[in-house]
Amino acid sequence: MNILYDERIDGKLNHVDQAELLASLRGALPDLEILHSEEDRKPYECDGLSAYRTMPLLVALPEKLDQVAEILRICRRLGVPVVARGAGTGLSGGALPLEQGLLLVMARFNRIIEINPEGRFARVQPGVRNLAISQAAEPFGLYYAPDPSSQIACSIGGNVAENAGGVHCLKYGLTVHNLLKVDILTIDGERITLGSDALDAPGFDLLALFTGSEGLLGIVTEVTVKLLPKPQVARVLMASFDDVEKAGKAVADIISAGIIPGGLEMMDKLAIQAAEDFIHAGYPVDAEAILLCELDGVENDVREDIERVRNVLAIAGANDVQLARDEAERVKFWAGRKNAFPAVGRMSPDYYCMDGTIPRKQLPVVLKGTAELAEQYGLRVANVFHAGDGNMHPLILFDANQPGEFERAEALGGEILELCVAVGGTITGEHGVGREKINQMCVQFNSDELTYFHAIKAAFDPHGLLNPGKNVPTLHRCAEFGAMHVHHGNLPFPELERF
Amino acid sequence: MNAHCQDADQSHLLLEQVQAALTNAAPVQITAGNSKHFFGRPASGIPLDTRGHCGIVSYDPSELVITARAGTPLAEIESALAAAGQILPFEPPDFSGTATIGGTVAAGLSGPRRPWAGSVRDYVLGCRVITGQGKHLRFGGQVIKNVAGYDVSRLMSGSLGCLGLITEVSLKVLPKPRTILTLRLDIGRLEALRVFPEWGRQPLPITAAAHDENTVLLRLEGGEGSVRDARQKLGGQETSSDFWAALRDHRLPFFADPRPLWRLSVSSHRSPLNLPGASIVDWGGAQIWLKSSAPADEIRQLARTAGGHASCFTPGIDDSPLMPLPAALLRIHQQVKAQLDPRGIFNPGRMYADI
Repeated sequence: MNILYDERIDGKLNHVDQAELLASLRGALPDLEILHSEEDRKPYECDGLSAYRTMPLLVALPEKLDQVAEILRICRRLGVPVVARGAGTGLSGGALPLEQGLLLVMARFNRIIEINPEGRFARVQPGVRNLAISQAAEPFGLYYAPDPSSQIACSIGGNVAENAGGVHCLKYGLTVHNLLKVDILTIDGERITLGSDALDAPGFDLLALFTGSEGLLGIVTEVTVKLLPKPQVARVLMASFDDVEKAGKAVADIISAGIIPGGLEMMDKLAIQAAEDFIHAGYPVDAEAILLCELDGVENDVREDIERVRNVLAIAGANDVQLARDEAERVKFWAGRKNAFPAVGRMSPDYYCMDGTIPRKQLPVVLKGTAELAEQYGLRVANVFHAGDGNMHPLILFDANQPGEFERAEALGGEILELCVAVGGTITGEHGVGREKINQMCVQFNSDELTYFHAIKAAFDPHGLLNPGKNVPTLHRCAEFGAMHVHHGNLPFPELERF
Repeated sequence: MNAHCQDADQSHLLLEQVQAALTNAAPVQITAGNSKHFFGRPASGIPLDTRGHCGIVSYDPSELVITARAGTPLAEIESALAAAGQILPFEPPDFSGTATIGGTVAAGLSGPRRPWAGSVRDYVLGCRVITGQGKHLRFGGQVIKNVAGYDVSRLMSGSLGCLGLITEVSLKVLPKPRTILTLRLDIGRLEALRVFPEWGRQPLPITAAAHDENTVLLRLEGGEGSVRDARQKLGGQETSSDFWAALRDHRLPFFADPRPLWRLSVSSHRSPLNLPGASIVDWGGAQIWLKSSAPADEIRQLARTAGGHASCFTPGIDDSPLMPLPAALLRIHQQVKAQLDPRGIFNPGRMYADI
């Protein structure tokens, strides 16, 4: 079932003439840069989920907050939908434009307003890149913890909208755990501060609610993030296994031993081989799985923990355990993992990255299920796994030039996510629902829960103008999805206990 | 006292009570251990007691997640965790020993470890809620990373029961630190507020930092080596770590002062405040317990100048014990309340007069 916006099942949108909207914006905001020709709008027709494209009605590139507020007021008056976009690196189509909608690009708000080493926070505009915050904090021995793979390019406004994660979430949390305050503009162009300069704020925790709301509740205009002292040392161990299940068990054993690694990553054979071909990280290409376990903190504790983890890995049946000898080797071990996506990209004309999260103990079930599904669909899947926090990134390999292969990859991806839900997990750990997983939301939530989400949306945006169609499906869409999905009256994975 | 509860799923009874409240337009006040009755505005409505709905639903230490029914005593959860060498890192208060996990999440109060480990809501992974539409729904889950839909579980944390009835929560837990040590250092208030941020930037294993009326109290937690090194570096005298539970639960002699108790949550790098009364600083400077008879507006203004807010923990002193909200933010609160509790049946007036 197509995920592009379909007014029949996703809700009617107001159709405003491009020239009329352009005239209104230009009349009120003569200095605002607006892209209206097809050629100029073309680069904005997709975000990081490039398989899906829609040409926006107009693209606005404001540079002042007053302009953003006025744009919102005009769109509110004319009933024009507004899709916000930061750096456009999102992988779930959260910034996928609408033909009838204005694309509001916040990338020019790229100023770091304040780095405060005493208060350990940074106050930045929404277009500031994730990595730029850590770079600006570095002279003070501080950094911003969440590190999505796209951190070199992705912007903090988008991180807030998506509640972005990274490889250190088990120990350092997601974006929501690292924010103090977010200023937003409502659809009425009204400025509201969520959170505060203190560690909490009175009233409902709207900062937590807003984080990860995918641009449906308001537009981020300023973000105050927490900064952490850089760990004194970070060491990484690489363990290889001749069996994926043993590696999965080793993960549980490390955590049961009372150790919380800074990063704990698993890769399967196909991912290992792809990464090794590409990066030459020194990975054992004959292993069925490897674990990368990073221990960081105060030097003495790290030294003690390395020995503990070594023992746990040996007992769990690791064939080989290597401690990165120095910083250069540590970076090399990580380079293979961090480049796993492009490495897999070299093995196949196209790949499709999934983002389900599962209870760690279900890993063997899900890996086995994924392999079976892959075979059924005649496609290969490489597995990269944030083992510490249960977030899986199966990469489905396909060739879009082969007729029907993209559709098969899409259907396989949907089934993998449904398997994650069936074992008590979720369809998205960190990439967001966006448009990509809009149908699978119907599997994870029932119609009462979806109705509850729509009520939350209505509290902020009663006319449904902010990023319509993303994050929460209409009941109409779910009804159609459900009708075609329950084959022969059976739920998928009937053998599994439902949670 | 109910140190142990009968493991029982009584959600159907709770659901019936909420449905009756909806039918009769008769609001409920949600209660359990009554350990935080003094917090917020006085509630009205028919009492709805969650204590019968209790028991740990699932706990697998290797997953670092515990799921329990709302009426489960906090003490029971903590002892189950202790048996596996784990803790609730946000160190919630249990003022009278009767607190439940549902009340803990609904009140959203965290203990001395909060600046380093995070707050209640940081550890909430999922919940089940009986809503203002009379439905029993499930949000979030038992996994650490989950961004599907809006984060309803965290919205419920600290909402004082004004948005719905929490019936079950899943919380992330962590291993108990291997070594714990508390130091008392002979440092005055002004100097303490200067050194707290300085220590915060160093890789020291500090997990609690307070200043009582005379000295600094510091808790170090971690591996043997790091705690030993920090102890040598910082000096001072070793003292009992029981201090932190006494501070958390307001059992220190300081709290017997008859003047009203205020909590100020402020930015920790501010200039020192001229406080009108006796005070204890917690959270490395970010939380102040103040005993004062000064007018509410004066105390709130002080907190505001320090980038934060003040709440009154003594009932009957002020009609809005929680800091009043700016107009635009209050409007959003009213709209959220109207959408999620359209009949206004859950704890009306507990947080603010019209919430």
